[in-house]
Amino acid sequence: MSTEKITLAKGLNMGLRRAMEDDPKVLLMGEDVGKLGGVFRITDGLQKDFGEERVIDSPLAESGIVGTAVGLALRGYRPVVEIQFDGFVYPAYDQIVCQVAKMTFRSQGKSKMPMVIRIPFGGGIGAVEHHSESPEAQFAHTPGLKVVACSNPVDGYWMIQQAIACDDPVIFLEPKRQYHADKAELDDTATPEPLFTSRVVRRGTDVTVLAYGPTVKTAMKVAEAAAGEGKSIEVIDLRTLSPLDMGPVYESVRRTGRAVITHEAHVNLGMGAEISARITEECFYSLEAPVLRVGAFDTPYPPSRIEEDYLPDLDRVLDAVDRSLEF
Amino acid sequence: MTHQPAGGGFGPDLAEVFGPSQQDGGPELVQLLTPEGERVHHPEFDLDFSAEQLRGFYRDMVLTRRIDVEATALQRHGELGIWAQLLGQEAAQIGAGRALRPQDFVFPTYREHGVAWCKGVDPLDLLGLFRGVDQGRWDPAENNFGLYTIVIGAQTLHATGYAMGMQRDGVVGTGDPDRDAAVIAHFGDGASSQGDVNEAFIFAASYNAPVVFFCQNNQWAISEPIERQTRIPLYQRALGFGFPGVRVDGNDVLATYAVTQAALQRARDGQGPTFVEAYTYRMGAHTTTDDPTRYRLSDDLERWKLKDPIARVEVYLRRNGLADDEFVAAVQQEADDLGARLREGCKALPDPSPLSIFDHVYSEMTEELEQQRAGFEAYLESFEGARA
Repeated sequence: MSTEKITLAKGLNMGLRRAMEDDPKVLLMGEDVGKLGGVFRITDGLQKDFGEERVIDSPLAESGIVGTAVGLALRGYRPVVEIQFDGFVYPAYDQIVCQVAKMTFRSQGKSKMPMVIRIPFGGGIGAVEHHSESPEAQFAHTPGLKVVACSNPVDGYWMIQQAIACDDPVIFLEPKRQYHADKAELDDTATPEPLFTSRVVRRGTDVTVLAYGPTVKTAMKVAEAAAGEGKSIEVIDLRTLSPLDMGPVYESVRRTGRAVITHEAHVNLGMGAEISARITEECFYSLEAPVLRVGAFDTPYPPSRIEEDYLPDLDRVLDAVDRSLEF
Repeated sequence: MTHQPAGGGFGPDLAEVFGPSQQDGGPELVQLLTPEGERVHHPEFDLDFSAEQLRGFYRDMVLTRRIDVEATALQRHGELGIWAQLLGQEAAQIGAGRALRPQDFVFPTYREHGVAWCKGVDPLDLLGLFRGVDQGRWDPAENNFGLYTIVIGAQTLHATGYAMGMQRDGVVGTGDPDRDAAVIAHFGDGASSQGDVNEAFIFAASYNAPVVFFCQNNQWAISEPIERQTRIPLYQRALGFGFPGVRVDGNDVLATYAVTQAALQRARDGQGPTFVEAYTYRMGAHTTTDDPTRYRLSDDLERWKLKDPIARVEVYLRRNGLADDEFVAAVQQEADDLGARLREGCKALPDPSPLSIFDHVYSEMTEELEQQRAGFEAYLESFEGARA
């Protein structure tokens, strides 16, 4: 057994390395993933150790990356492609939605699409336009895709391996703001929870706060701050956005009677809307207040000097918690 | 303002390059059998064809045309929702299809009925998609023939990726004819404008992937003529991407076979991609929902009828004593039998069960879909004489 303190970037890097060691069919492909190790260094050192045939620097064309990965998957490989930034996934949108998502269904299970599409997502890094977006709902809305978001280094390590082992295409969202932020202790001999499960990360009794990716950290701070005011917040890291794992959510909301969902994506038709609808359908008589959503405003991502006003932060989520309790 | 000569300092006058020489394919057109059925020779792409091979081409083309005619009729009778006709493109498809080895893999559009035939896909299996009972029922791995792709050009990237997989599998350039493999990507003149096709060219060139880009330039993308897609002969585009391009008479099955075979061998040998432009003509409509009389002249159609891909082979076979009335009648009989089998088989294709909607969305059904399925099942069963 070995334990070490690692960042999310390191966890993902170690997870990719282990997946490549375990299965020679695993290939990495993307822009600058080779010598450079990716613009965020997630694939650092992998081309040196696994060679240019397995860690492939691609031409600068996202549809080409995903489209050729479809062919590689049909040939029996398990391609893991990196989209450099969330806002650059759109040139590949047609291939993802029309081809990747539908191949298993079209072929009635004869052709599988074991592909992982890694997307650094979310804001807060002071970037220019197109580098801070949260497109998860567009993929969760597409049948045939699975969508997950990791929030911490240990999950990054395990979830990337589980996504690679999955026979279905997985949109793998990585909160880029967290890449090099916090360290956590990894025990690489542990048995991880299944990939498509949500997890209660803090127990509480008054309000359930649901989060994923970058907002899990915010939700934990909210719980901490609320505790100082005598309010007990339960926090759930959703982890999987498609399929949703609602069991722990229903169980929690039936106890607390209150739910607040927070994500960096726009509120309108975002993940929060779907989750809110499901909670309302399943927990109607347990609810003490309407399910509230705290996300980005329904505007394009703003210039970075005001992005912290745009993103849901501690105070805005706390405000929603208060509104829920006061309802 | 001084008068500038055509082209100025920017090379040849493109209007001239693309001008009258393009009529009938221009001087670069590779041809081995003229429309009149005369065998001609080519310095680079000539081959000796056995009588058996030539008769085989003829049979393939007659049967492929019959598949097309029957399917068109089935659509007119309401048995198919739509059909994408290949009338006039039989030589391009049979020439390309017969140049393949079993280990080569095909990525088709939705019109490659002749290539499917060559790869051993049951033509009845092609009808399901157009009848609306499935989205392609053949197993791509069984015949090395991918499912029909409807998004224009998307499959060229899949083909390139598949070819990259072959490189990694060590089945390129080994010198073993039973091992070395290549991919052929089919697309049309309209698709040549798509970003995906151009990206496929770039990826294939960059990685030297064993893929043949086989473009059937049938002159029309629904109602839009080739001039709307390109101002340069399509095959000349290849050079800009860094690999060779060649224009072949797509109505000449011999020439199409010879050129495609050479391109495939180049790929199998590890020499990278080739662009083949099969210059042909869509004699029919885009699909059975289309009406070409709204946008093109019947003169064109009449001119191309004189270049029919099947007629010229029959003339050649008869003139050289390689086929007689008996042979032609036997092929016709085979076509009649195939037609009857398709008519009966199509009508017998069962509708899928409503509950099959939920199958194979994922490799294993998710709990969410199990719940939706159970709800739908209960709903269906709530009716008298339930279907489910």
